[in-house]
Formats: sequence, structure tokens, C-alpha cells
Amino acid sequence: MSRAGAWARELLLGARLAVSGGRASWSRTAMTAVGVGLGVALLLLAAATPTALDARDARTAARDDFQLSDAPTARGPRTLLVADVAVRFRDENVRGRLVQPEGRQAPFPPGLARLPGAGEVVVSPRLRRLLAGSDGPLLRPRVPGRIVGTIADAGLSGPGELAFWAGRDDLRVGPDGVRRIDRFGDTGQSEGQSPILALLVVVALVVLLVPVAVFVGAAVRFGGEERDRRLAALSLVGADRRMVRRIAGGEALLGALLGLVAGAGFFLGARQLASGARVGDLSVFPGDLRPATGLAVLIAVAVPAVSVGVTQLALGRLAIDPLGVVRRGGARPRRLAWRLALPVLGLLLLVPLLRTDVAAGERLDPWLAAAGIACVLVGITAVLPWLVERVVRGLRPGPVPWTLAVRRLQADGGAAARVVSGIAVAVAGAIALQTLFAAAEDASTVQTGADVARYDAQVLTTTGPGRPSAEQLRAALRRAGAEAALVREKTLIERRDGTTSVVTVASCRVLRRLAVLRSCADGDAFLARGGPGVVVPAPGSAWRDGRARWRVPTEARRVASRPSVIDGGPTEGVLLTPAAADRRALPGLSAAAAVRLDGRRDALEHLRNEAARLGPLTVVSELTATRADGEFLVVRRGIVAGAIAVLVLIGASMLVSALQQLHERRRLLAALVAFGTPPRTIRRSVLLETAVPVALGLAVAVLAGTALGIVLLRLVGEPVRIDVGATLLVVGVGAAVVPLVTVLTGPALGRILRPEGLRTE
Amino acid sequence: MQISKAFLGLLESGPSHGYDLKRAYDERFGQDRPLAYGQVYATLQRLLKHGLVELDGIEPGGGPERKRYAITDAGVADVDLWLAQPERPEQYLQTTLYGKVVLALLTGRPAADILDTQRAAHLDAMRELTRRKRDGDLADQLVCDHALFHLEADLRWLELTAARLDGLRAQVTS
Amino acid sequence: MTGPAARPLLVGTDLHKAFGATTALEGATFAVDPGEVVAIMGPSGSGKSTLLHCLAGIVRPDRGTVRFDGRDLATLTDAERGALRRSAFGFVFQFGQLVPELSCAENVALPLRLDGVPRREADARAIAWLERLEVADVARQTPGRVSGGQGQRVAVARALVTTPRVVFADEPTGALDSLNGERVMDLLAGAARESGAAVVLVTHEARVAGWSDREVVVRDGRTRTTELLA
Repeated sequence: MSRAGAWARELLLGARLAVSGGRASWSRTAMTAVGVGLGVALLLLAAATPTALDARDARTAARDDFQLSDAPTARGPRTLLVADVAVRFRDENVRGRLVQPEGRQAPFPPGLARLPGAGEVVVSPRLRRLLAGSDGPLLRPRVPGRIVGTIADAGLSGPGELAFWAGRDDLRVGPDGVRRIDRFGDTGQSEGQSPILALLVVVALVVLLVPVAVFVGAAVRFGGEERDRRLAALSLVGADRRMVRRIAGGEALLGALLGLVAGAGFFLGARQLASGARVGDLSVFPGDLRPATGLAVLIAVAVPAVSVGVTQLALGRLAIDPLGVVRRGGARPRRLAWRLALPVLGLLLLVPLLRTDVAAGERLDPWLAAAGIACVLVGITAVLPWLVERVVRGLRPGPVPWTLAVRRLQADGGAAARVVSGIAVAVAGAIALQTLFAAAEDASTVQTGADVARYDAQVLTTTGPGRPSAEQLRAALRRAGAEAALVREKTLIERRDGTTSVVTVASCRVLRRLAVLRSCADGDAFLARGGPGVVVPAPGSAWRDGRARWRVPTEARRVASRPSVIDGGPTEGVLLTPAAADRRALPGLSAAAAVRLDGRRDALEHLRNEAARLGPLTVVSELTATRADGEFLVVRRGIVAGAIAVLVLIGASMLVSALQQLHERRRLLAALVAFGTPPRTIRRSVLLETAVPVALGLAVAVLAGTALGIVLLRLVGEPVRIDVGATLLVVGVGAAVVPLVTVLTGPALGRILRPEGLRTE
Repeated sequence: MQISKAFLGLLESGPSHGYDLKRAYDERFGQDRPLAYGQVYATLQRLLKHGLVELDGIEPGGGPERKRYAITDAGVADVDLWLAQPERPEQYLQTTLYGKVVLALLTGRPAADILDTQRAAHLDAMRELTRRKRDGDLADQLVCDHALFHLEADLRWLELTAARLDGLRAQVTS
Repeated sequence: MTGPAARPLLVGTDLHKAFGATTALEGATFAVDPGEVVAIMGPSGSGKSTLLHCLAGIVRPDRGTVRFDGRDLATLTDAERGALRRSAFGFVFQFGQLVPELSCAENVALPLRLDGVPRREADARAIAWLERLEVADVARQTPGRVSGGQGQRVAVARALVTTPRVVFADEPTGALDSLNGERVMDLLAGAARESGAAVVLVTHEARVAGWSDREVVVRDGRTRTTELLA
């Protein structure tokens, strides 16, 4: 028999043993396959993410309707008027567009067969479902027109997108955001992600994937003890050391291959589910989730290779002889030196990146960053067993549960460390991510200064002929059930030198909220002093509102401003009582209001509906104390979803490992109960056996995560700041695995701890 | 194995001729040493004299082989007493124990009781030996160990026999 | 041995126990006096161990009662029975009873520590018992590193360290050779007699039963107590 033949035969024998050894070996193989499969599915999802995002970007770029050019587009047979309708329903944005062709050859966006005619609307599939559902009546008033069609996938960012195109005939290019375009599609320069955001995505991917790799490593070891006994039996019938290794390799290979198949299955299943899932405003078409070919091949090769490699490494620590298995671990103390190599290498990779000047627009090398972060995180799994061994060796016995747990950890702390290394990596990564994220969020979140204590929303109506009057707005607000409103009319005025200011027209009652007025009667005019650097229009000076000329009343008095309820800044510009306002000279006036809603359910939705009746371009915005960058929100939600998936995975692997430990020790535990050991004592010791290594793992995770976070902050040039609260939160989530595993193993432990368990002997 | 007890036991299932008794004895207890006719008739004479059996009838034709014997109440009592009495624990008493067990099975008496009784006697002897060993010198220990191992062998045989009683019963009463 | 007037210390009456379709006990009865060593004998599968488990309050019989010192074990809660096993009973099994990660001395001290004895005192008492059982030299070793005979002596020390009133021994010499088995039985029976503890000894070996005062035979789930004619 040739050498290769013998190899193949032994690998096959191993594979056969993995499934033919009765229920135990079957379930072990199945567990490995499911575990590896979950990991593979996550890896495939990650590998598909770039493709999915690219496809999404391509579609959104193709329907882009902003044309940034110096010269305004002239009206022609190919032009189209477009206006954004900022519809918000509950916590979701609806992408609404009003369109009005100006000629027969006006372009139409992807996903539509033609432009909707005036009074017609084409909606996205999900918007159609939403309108048909129980919430439909609450949203319908804001979708202007008769629904005549559905937007095809090519015109959507994702299957969950809420969008409509509404045809109009009353649009005019002007200050309400109506613009003229002659084509759809991105004109070129996309803004690109901020360097911080790009780094965040890289960190997030690495942080989420390293624990998955650790998990896959753990999954191929499921049921290792039984495997070892089987190999000992093989050795008894004459298999030599190399044959045993190859047979074990065959077993591991089968588990990994089954895992790949299962993973592909899970991935396809998840892909189907993907059309129903949304993260914030983000949703993905199943067809977009295609793993990049290179990455898919890498996964298909790396997973079996890792699984065989891990098995061989584990066998290296075992002396399998015919009469059983001897663990050599205890004999050889773990060395620190090479274990530190990996994290140090990681930091060395990151240090040169510090020289990148992000502020000057230089881009960080994402591959180098990813490699550095991965090295630091994987390094944790190398350092942790050494640390656990060291710390545990120094622990002194105390109360009985503590003594039992400590002695057990002293006997084989490395195994415990392996189990918690997944958590440690995930938590360290999450802390680094959180640190970076907090900085990013600080940079992207703005304090709006809105007076949220007094007002809930702001309504801005359109301007120009046929615009809603202040009285109409007030009536709409009353219909919407507003409790209080600060209604005024505003317009922007411009001086010849380009300086701008604001004219506000409102009753004395309202004006008193904007500025400190000693006396006020209809016909009065005031000049709000504003803040530093703000130009106060001089009485009698000449200004323009659009094409109209307007002069500041000469009798206008200077008054002190009050903070604006919308943005907290000082009120500025000219304040006029209605009788003092020459409306013909101020054609740009539009009505606006700050509104307090009653506490009814959906009060805000009703307000939005009433506002929409004043015209589709009426804007209603909820007043919030802070405002965050939308892109950050999406990234953050994605990270949260990924982190949960990873923690569930790790929890599952800890659970499996804990159950196996219990199974191996069931006779001893039953004997202890028979001797009269209270089950409570044993439960406590089992809990401590998990809790002590997890605590150590979390301590390492906090150190490594914080250090990594600081390096990352330096990379993006942000000031170093540690968010203690967020760190504690992440640590808490990691620590939650302990009670979770304890609770889930409770029933199995309960069965073992009945004294009757002794009978299984 | 006492021939007289075996004959009494065989007669319990019904009156029989001397010749048939010999054949039955050879089959069940004789192993490879068949009884001589002289032994048969001497034993029956002794049993008659002690009133443990009686003549049940003489068939025409004459000759000693024509006499039929039956067991008396005294005979049954004698078997009972014998079976209930444990044998003194000593070496090589398997044949006797075997005979007792077969006889008990033949006559429908509880064979397990015989084994239990015997085990008790053996264990008592072993306890005594264990005590002597504990208190004695090395020579005592060696002697006692020898005896203990032999007694243990007996008991193992007893256990095995007890475990095989059902099979034995089927064979004996077939 | 105590006089005949003494009330039996532990009595099991008409015990029945089935595990699923398998009947383990079908009317077993058992009594042991203070200071008495009783051997439970019988073929394997006859219900010997189940009888011991019932008597020790480890398994609840389906029917029948077990009284220890006049108290019906069925009236005790699980926790109370656990406490009883801890303080009044001692156990020696064939194997699988020493915690592999604890040192021999810690194993012996374990029942004392469970009863709240301070560590120092528990250790001292454990060492004293190990000395008595002639295995003080392995006190700091873990059970995996000592021989079978030594391990079993450690187990005996652990069973006796709380000065129990009944010691339950289930095939205590099952895994030992003759000489080691003899030593273990000598020490177990001797120490128990000295402290006045009763011993319930499950064994299928007649030589081991030689250390008993009396034997009870279990067959097919029933006990047969033989009264000697004589």
C-alpha cells in the first residue's frame, strides 16, 4: 500500500469513527458541525458585507438627484424639478421626492418605468405594505396623491426602505428645496466616510470576527475527552503515534467539512431572513449578500485547516498510550515570553500608523490597522492561560465551595482559560470599539440647544405665492391638538455686501418670548441685539428679500435677545409686529412654529399629518436635546447587532463546555452529595469555577481593550478619554455570561446532584 | 453423600424397587461410580430396621429385586432434619452439598435455604478464622489464610450453584 | 458489641424500590445494632447497593420505612437527610469518591469543613486519622498520585473523621488486592468497633464478610436472614 493510500485510509478511518461510534460520537460531530457552522455563517456574512454595501451604494448613487454645479441648470425639454419631502414616521425616515417634468424627455429615476403624473405616487413595496396595514391611516395623509405603482428593487437602497416618488404640477425652483436637474445618478465626488468611521468599521469587523475564530477553535474541540479515550483504544490495537494523529485529523476534518456545509446552509437561511431584517434604516436584499469570492475561498480553506491544526496542537499536549490518556499540561509550566509576542507585535504594527496625519486627510492603511488589532486581540488568548495559571496558583483555600473551585482551577486552569478567552477577546474588542466610538460620537453629536422642556416640535411651512398664512398654521396646530405654540413668520434678508439677517413677524405676545421688550404695541419694530459677531441691521438701512427691496423701519428700537427655543442661540435680526410688516416688500415670509404637543399617543404623527395638509413640503422636526450623525447611528446599530450575535455564540460554546465538564464529573458530584455535601455548596463551587476565570479574563480584557482604545484614539488624533460607564457596561455584559451559563446548566446539574445520580455507576 | 439419605429422598416421590433406586441413584448422584447391588440391599435393610422405609409389596416371581419400598413419616422427618443441618465447614464437601441440593430439588424442598444455611455456617467459620488471624502470629495467619481461601472457594461454589438453581431444577425434575 | 437490650440503631422495613421497569428491591428488611458489623451479601444485581442507598437516605424507597435512631428518614427534608449523612453517617465506596483536585488531607477534612469546623482544626483531625490509617505520608498528595490501597485508606479516614454512628461501605475492597483489602478491612472494622460505630458492609466477597458479625443475603430484591440451627 502506498504512503498516500495509507494516509487516505487513516483519514477516512478517523472520519468514520467520528460518526459510527454510536450516539455519543454522533452528537459530538453534530455539535462540532453546528458550532463551526455558526462561525462559518458569521464569517460568510462578514465576507458578504462589502459586496452588499457596494451594491447598495451603487443603487443609491444611481438615483442621486443632487447636481452640484456652479451654473444653475436651465429649463429645457430634458429637465425635471425635484424636491425632498422629509417624511418621518415614528422612528423611521421615508425618502419622499416630489417630481415635476418640464419637458417630454425629462429623466426618470431607476426602479420606475415612467415618471408619475401630477397627483400620482409610486411607492416602495414596504411603504405600500405599511399603508395597507393598521398604521396606514396615520401615514397616508403624508403620501401626496393616488398610488399608481411600486418602485422596483433597482430604485431602492434595500428591501426595507420606505420611499415614494410623487408627481406634481405646482413646483417652482426656490427656497423650499425645489431644484432643477437634467439627469439622475451620482455626479462624481462622493464625500467618503470620515477616517474615524472607516477605522471604526475595520475595528468592528476585527473585534467581531476574532471571537468567532476563537469560537471555531473551541467548537472543533467539543467532546475532546471522549475523542482522546477513543484514540487510546486505537493505540491499544496497534496504531502508532502518527497514525493516531492522522486519524484524529480525519475526525476533525469531517467535523469542519460538515461545519462548512452547515455554515453555508445557515448563511443561505440567514440571507433569506435578511430581506425581513432591518438595522435602523438599513436593509439588505438577499441577492446583495454574496460573499466576495476570495474571502469565501479563504473561509473554505482556512476553517478545515484551523480545525486540523487545533486538533494537532491539542494532541501535542497529550501522551496517548494504549492504557489511556495522560495530560502533559501540568508538567510543563506555561512560558510567558512567546505568549507576549503576539500582542507586542500587534502594538508594533499600530505604532507606525500613529504618524499618519488624519487631520490632514491622510488615510490610514486599513489592512495594517486590522492586522495590528487582530494581533493584540488574539494575543489575549495566548496570555490568558498563563495568567490564569499564575493567579490561580497563588489562591489560598477558604470556605468549602471556594476551596473546591480553587483546587479544580489549580489542577487545570488552562482549560478554564481557553473557555473564557472568547469572552475576553470580545469584551476587549468592545471596549476598544466603545472608546473609539465615544470619541466619534462626541465629534458627530451636536447639542441642539433646543428648549425641549417647553416645546416638542418645530413646523416650517413653505414660502411664496399660495403659502400657508400664520393663521392657517395656527388652525392646523389646533386641529392637531397642540397645547401651545409659538407662531411667527420669518424671512431671510440680504444686504448688498452679502450680509444676511432675519426678519421675524409675530404678535407682541410671541415677540416677548424672543426678546426683552419693555413695551410693545402693534406697529412697533425692534432690533434684536443677537450675539457677538452678529450684524444688527441699522434702522432705515436697505435690504433685499429675494428681488424685493425692504427698509428697516427707522423707529425700530434696539432690544436684548432671548435664547431661541429652537437652537438656544440668541434671537437675531428685525422683530416686527404685524402692522409694522410690509408683506409685499417681504415676499419670502413663511410661517413657522414651535409646538408643544399634548401627551396623546402618536400626537407627533397627527401634527405631521396636519402639517402635510398645508403642503407636502412642510417640514416638521422633532426637537431633541442632541442630534447625531445618521451614519454613526447605522454603524452603531450594526455593531450592537454583531456584538449580540458574537456573545450568544460565545455563551453557547461556554454552555457546551460546561455541560461536558459536568458530564465528566457526574459520578464524583453524585458521590459528594451522597456523603452529605449540600447541593448548594456544589452549585457555588461550580459557579466559582466559571466566575474566577471570567473575572480574570475580564480584567485582562479591560487592560487590553483600554490600551487598544487609547492607541486607536491617538491614531485618529482624538483626545484620549476613557468612558468608564461604557466600559463598565461592556464588562457587565461579558460578566452576564456567568449567571447565564449557570442558569442554563442548572437543570443538568440538578439531575446530577440528586443522590440517585450515584446509581449511574 | 450418604446413600441412605439419597434413597429416602428418591422414595419421597413414590414407592420404588431396589433396582430402580440403584438406577436413579447412579443417574443423579453416582457420577462415574455405580452402586453395587450389595450396597443397595444393605442400605435398604438398614432403613427398614430403623423404620424409615417399609415394604410396599412383593410382586410375584420372587427374588430381591421384586420387593417394593415406600418411605415412612419417620423417613420424611429424617430427610428434613438432614437437609436443615448445615455440614461442618471442611474441605471437599461439595459432593455432599450437591447431593443435598439435588435431593431438595427432587423432593420439592427449597434448595436455596440449604445454600443459605450452609453459607451461614461457612461464614461463621470464616469469622472465627478472621478473628484468630487478627490475634495470632504470622504462622497462625498463614494457616488461617489457607483455610479461609478454601472456605471461600466453597462459598463461591455455593453462590454459583444458587445462581444456577433454576437450570438445575429443570434438569433434575425432567 | 452492645447488649441485646439495645434498640436497633438503623432499621429498614419492607423496602421496595424500582428504577423504571427494573425492580431493585421487593420487600427487603434490615436492622443493625450500635457497634455491629453487618455484611450485605448477594449476587450482583440482587439489590445490595440499592438497599445500602435506601438505608443511608441516599435513595427514597418507593415503599417501606427506614428508621435511624427511631426517626423515620421519610419525614426528613432533603437538606436534613444531607445533614444526617454528613454528620451521623460515613461512606466508603469502591472508587470515585475522592475529589481528585483536593489533597488527601483536604479530602479527609472535607466533611468536617462542611459541618463548619474551622480549617486548622479540621486539618489537624484529618492528619490524625490519616496517621491512624498509616497513610499520613500521602497527606499532601492528590488522590491521583497515591496507590489504590492508600486511596482507599484515605477514604476510610474520611468516612470515620466525623465519628459517625453508621459507616456504609460499598465493596470497599473491590479494587484492591488481597493484602491491601485485608488491611483496609482490618482498619475499617477495627476503627469502627473502637468508636462504637455500626458498619453496613456491602460485599460479594466472603473473605471480606469474615470481618462482619452477621450477614444478610439479598436475592432478587429480598433479604434472607439465616438463623443458625443450633
